[in-house]
Amino acid sequence: MNWRKIKIIAWKDLLEVLQNKSVLISLGMVPLIILVVLPLVFLIVAGQTGSADAFKDPDIQIMFERMPAALTQSMQGFNDTQTTIMMILGYLFAPMFLIMPLMSATSIAAESFAGERERKTLEALLYTPATDSELFFGKALAAFLPTLVIAWISFILYSLVLNIAGYPLFGAVWFPLPSWYPLVFWVTPAIAALGVGATVLISTKVQTFMGAYQTSGSLVVIVLALVAGQATGVVYLSAWVGIVLGFIIWLVAGILFFLAIRKFNRKTLLLQSTG
Amino acid sequence: METVINVQNLKHYYGEHLALQDLSFQVSRGEVFGLLGPNGAGKTTSVRLLNGMFEASGGKMEVMGFTPGTQGEHIRTVSGVLTETPALYERLTARQNLKFFGTLADMSDSEIAARTDELLKLFDLSDQADVRTGTFSKGMKQRLALARAWLSRPKLLFLDEPTSSLDPEAAVQVRELIADVRQKEGTTVLICSHNLDEAQRLCDHLLIMRKGSALATGTLDDLRKLVSTGLWLQIHLLKPFSDWQSTLSGLKGVRKFELQDETSMKIEVESQENIPQVVSALVMKGAQFLKLQPQEISLEEVYLKLQNINKENGGFHNELAKN
Repeated sequence: MNWRKIKIIAWKDLLEVLQNKSVLISLGMVPLIILVVLPLVFLIVAGQTGSADAFKDPDIQIMFERMPAALTQSMQGFNDTQTTIMMILGYLFAPMFLIMPLMSATSIAAESFAGERERKTLEALLYTPATDSELFFGKALAAFLPTLVIAWISFILYSLVLNIAGYPLFGAVWFPLPSWYPLVFWVTPAIAALGVGATVLISTKVQTFMGAYQTSGSLVVIVLALVAGQATGVVYLSAWVGIVLGFIIWLVAGILFFLAIRKFNRKTLLLQSTG
Repeated sequence: METVINVQNLKHYYGEHLALQDLSFQVSRGEVFGLLGPNGAGKTTSVRLLNGMFEASGGKMEVMGFTPGTQGEHIRTVSGVLTETPALYERLTARQNLKFFGTLADMSDSEIAARTDELLKLFDLSDQADVRTGTFSKGMKQRLALARAWLSRPKLLFLDEPTSSLDPEAAVQVRELIADVRQKEGTTVLICSHNLDEAQRLCDHLLIMRKGSALATGTLDDLRKLVSTGLWLQIHLLKPFSDWQSTLSGLKGVRKFELQDETSMKIEVESQENIPQVVSALVMKGAQFLKLQPQEISLEEVYLKLQNINKENGGFHNELAKN
């Protein structure tokens, strides 16, 4: 494989993505709302006089009791307001963070793979000397790398928001919690790879960007399952759970990539674009 | 002359559908070869197979010494393809489009930059080099697509409907550019078209296709002889002439005649040696000549006649292809 060709394919796809306002908006708005606006509002409200009583809600107490002992021990020494914030923004929000790499990866990959066919530029691309593998990896890279960059920038923003807006309540830097490191640096790339692999496979069946994006968007149920799992006490994204979960997602992503590479060949792509 | 494309008994199926059957032709270095036929004749499938986009169901092919089925990448390195639609990245500028395709064709950055400037100037797009191609007119897009196909100085150019959907002025521009490309670098060109006027102007050799097989192949003169070996004369008279039928019937060398209106007619003679006696016979009977013009059969007439013969025969095989 020729690295220069892979790079130029990724460069071209990224240039196109940067010109697509609907993709840009979804890439920018989701992290902004989930990881900046929501926690900021929550921390501002939590800092108001009298809010401490609200955190003594029995439902919150039940959720707290359902948490694994290892996690609750790490919260010892903090007051009710602080533990509630840690539980919600430190643990319950963790799966929400995964929505972002999933959305970024699927929207860029849908734009790159299905969008190319929709705009009828695919055939000219297939007539170039680039091999099927170079085309595949160039396009996959165009979706994978920006997803990681966006996710990591969002993680930095989230950490800043939680520590700066939470400083009046905590009086110290308290975030990131240890469970976030495997989530951000191990599960996030796995989720991005999963999103790319699934979208490429879907793109071989779907003719349009929106079709591919909406179908692959159904992967969000994985994240919603994690949210529900944490809320009901079935599973908690501790560091170890993150490592195991990441391993499983990497495995599934690997299988999807294997299948996608097999599907991504000139014959399949050409027959599909004319059929 | 060296053969650049050699196709023997090519056959291809899309599932159950037979797209190409027993297609054979050769293209020599430096010539412009036209694949003509209606939609669904198999022109685009032929170009895809010649570029090794996928393997043929049967037959043999060689392009620039490579076998398309297994060495498509090598063929695509030495060839350029203008697809039916310009297929440009409309959110990118003209220069960015050429940079992308030049890199995929293994050109160095400096080579791409120099060639881009040269082609944009030649194709009259220098002022729009850094403008997004989405804002271009159809003619500009087609010129840029042609520049893209010619970017890496390919030895072989495939042009699929190069002037379709262009206005007449833009079509003339593109035709001139194709002639220019061929003349400047001796590039071998294979054109797929159903624009017969264009094919007549540009092509040295022609292959007329229908439903995946060849109806006839050869130069325009070869093809003319397949449908008619004679010569047509267009005659315009000063005044109406009533005795044309009695004068021309039975006259030696005259095959057919058609009165078009009271003062004009078309006569088919066996050869140009028969022209003086036809003129003399008509003048003797009082016909007053305004204009006499020998008329060659156009490619369009040849094409339509061959397609009709094939339709009447109702099948793939046609003996004309073997001539």
